[in-house]
Amino acid sequence: MSVLVGKQTKVLFQGITGSAGSFHAGQCIAYGTNVVAGQTPNRGGQLFDGTAPAGPVQVPVFDTVDEAVKKTGANTSCIFVPPLGAADAILEAFDAGIELVVCITEGIPVMDMIKVRRALETSKSKLIGPNCPGIITPGECKIGIMPGHIHMAGKIGVVSKSGTLTYEAVGQLTKLGLGQSTCIGIGGDPVAGLDFIDVLELFNNDPGTEAVIMMGEIGGNAEILAAEWIKANMKKPVAGFIAGVTAPPGKRMGHAGAIISGGKGTAEEKIEALKSAGVKVAPTPADLGTTLQSLL
Amino acid sequence: MNIHEYQGKQIFARYGIPISQGIPAFTVDEAAKAAEKIIADTKSEIVVVKAQIHAGGRGKGGGVKVAKGAAAAKEQAQNILGMQLITPQTRPTGQKVNRLYIEQGQDIKRELYVALVVDRETRRVALMASTEGGMDIEEVAAHTPEKILTQFIDPLLGLAPFQARKVAYALKVGEGTPDPKATVNEFVKLVLALGELFIKEDCSLLEVNPLVITGAGRVVALDAKLNLDENAEARHPEWEALRDVDEEDPVELEAKKTGLSYVSLDGNIGCLVNGAGLAMSTMDIIKHYGGEPANFLDVGGGANKEQVTKAFKMILSSPKVKGIFVNIFGGIMKCDVIADGVVAATKELGLTVPLVVRLEGTNVEQGKEILKNSGLAIQTADDMGDGARKIVAAVKG
Repeated sequence: MSVLVGKQTKVLFQGITGSAGSFHAGQCIAYGTNVVAGQTPNRGGQLFDGTAPAGPVQVPVFDTVDEAVKKTGANTSCIFVPPLGAADAILEAFDAGIELVVCITEGIPVMDMIKVRRALETSKSKLIGPNCPGIITPGECKIGIMPGHIHMAGKIGVVSKSGTLTYEAVGQLTKLGLGQSTCIGIGGDPVAGLDFIDVLELFNNDPGTEAVIMMGEIGGNAEILAAEWIKANMKKPVAGFIAGVTAPPGKRMGHAGAIISGGKGTAEEKIEALKSAGVKVAPTPADLGTTLQSLL
Repeated sequence: MNIHEYQGKQIFARYGIPISQGIPAFTVDEAAKAAEKIIADTKSEIVVVKAQIHAGGRGKGGGVKVAKGAAAAKEQAQNILGMQLITPQTRPTGQKVNRLYIEQGQDIKRELYVALVVDRETRRVALMASTEGGMDIEEVAAHTPEKILTQFIDPLLGLAPFQARKVAYALKVGEGTPDPKATVNEFVKLVLALGELFIKEDCSLLEVNPLVITGAGRVVALDAKLNLDENAEARHPEWEALRDVDEEDPVELEAKKTGLSYVSLDGNIGCLVNGAGLAMSTMDIIKHYGGEPANFLDVGGGANKEQVTKAFKMILSSPKVKGIFVNIFGGIMKCDVIADGVVAATKELGLTVPLVVRLEGTNVEQGKEILKNSGLAIQTADDMGDGARKIVAAVKG
């Protein structure tokens, strides 16, 4: 079992003809994701060639998301559009009725994402990202840039702000024989779609998820709000880790949202909050898998 | 991206926000001339000599001085220009003052605090205002939070006049002024302009501390502290001219040009990692085992051999680095590309410090092969913990 995506998900790649879009669409097709359409303005009518596990496939490319949805029934979209056009691409997907939008793009201006959040308030769509690796239900559906081969199907829910730190956790879990139900990268931007609470809620209600590991980092207070939610609502064991105990204040550490401002958003306060909520916090990033294992 | 007060005020001027007459000065002579002009134009002898650095609290550190007459202004300029200004917001050793701003003095009756910031919890731009201007706003937030008013801006509507009026009356902006109605209207107009500016100019933070009401009832922005959203740089070509390289770490600037994320730290173990979260975690685990990271460096997922080579050179050429830890979990990033870059950089500059490399993920076997065949003294690690322990030991040993 899984949350949000699985074998039946019909995926559209926005920006499929760009270098990042085409590379990753190809990788997802090879993994077995059901990619039904691509979209790039002015490239409608082209065919995108990929190799699925069952053999070669040709994915139709459309000018608009609207047409792609109407012609193929795509219900999920993965966005590889450059930063200044990405927010508009997200809005286009909402407008076309895409249920889940996964935006990989890093570098979208914050003012644009504030508008996107506003649009989300009156939309039925869900958004993952931006500035994220995507979502994967191992063995069924990979939507994003994560290396499929390190994943294993199982019962651990994984949620994280960081891409490679997620791979680190997944790699450790797989080595211990602990497969993953669904892994969701919520991204490192200050204003984004699904946050920790949203994903924890999904895992909490998913019969196929037994335990959860969450990886946060400095900046903002999403992890503290998540800790409060966990204390009040979470029925399953949670392991956690917060990156950035050594981060200096006021500096943007790679991710746009990873910045300690006015003394707020430190790793220490988040670790404290998680511990108070009963989350087992890994002492180092090398202990992510073993920390989760100790809860089972 | 931070900009100086005088640059922030240039942007304010474009939006019709009232500011004092002011002229930037980069030498003592320029400062003297600026003071003379302002005194002549305003018919007032009082000018203010202000240090321009990318940090607040300048007054506390002696970087803002009132002067009566051009001669006194020149003297202050002499003192302040070139000084190592230490404020609660700078490093303990302070920051060198290379630029000044000479401004007309104002008859300050009241000081207010007005700011705009992106509030992550509500995902809105928030307008914050307080009667406690000129002081440490964090102190106010901590001890008397009821003195801070907040209004959230709906991105579909922009800051509404009624919101600005709510703030004006709550702060009692018109109280004690010769023409309260006029003062309130000026305040509302100024705040609405700030709201428009923040969004159009892609700001992350905007502080006016203090926003003053003069004896005559005029509302003037006496300070301008702006932080711009670096993600929006591509749609603001005018920002390049605002950059002050003296205020930035040269290596960080160079890294940015190369498309890498780099932050200088105080330790001696250089790090090269792919992905920000993993890079931060690498710094953390080094510290956990008793070492001190020298830098944060994220090569990102799409880095090519040239970028990796450049990144490695940046670390190698830093004199404080006594050991290097390369920690890679390749997703998009391929381990053989990393290995090629590391070998190329090392062959060019020579390797005089211990190097530990941990590779995992895409093309890991090819990457390990390349390192093995390089003939370089490279220790490999099986996992992150192993790698961190090895480099800390090597540097201590």
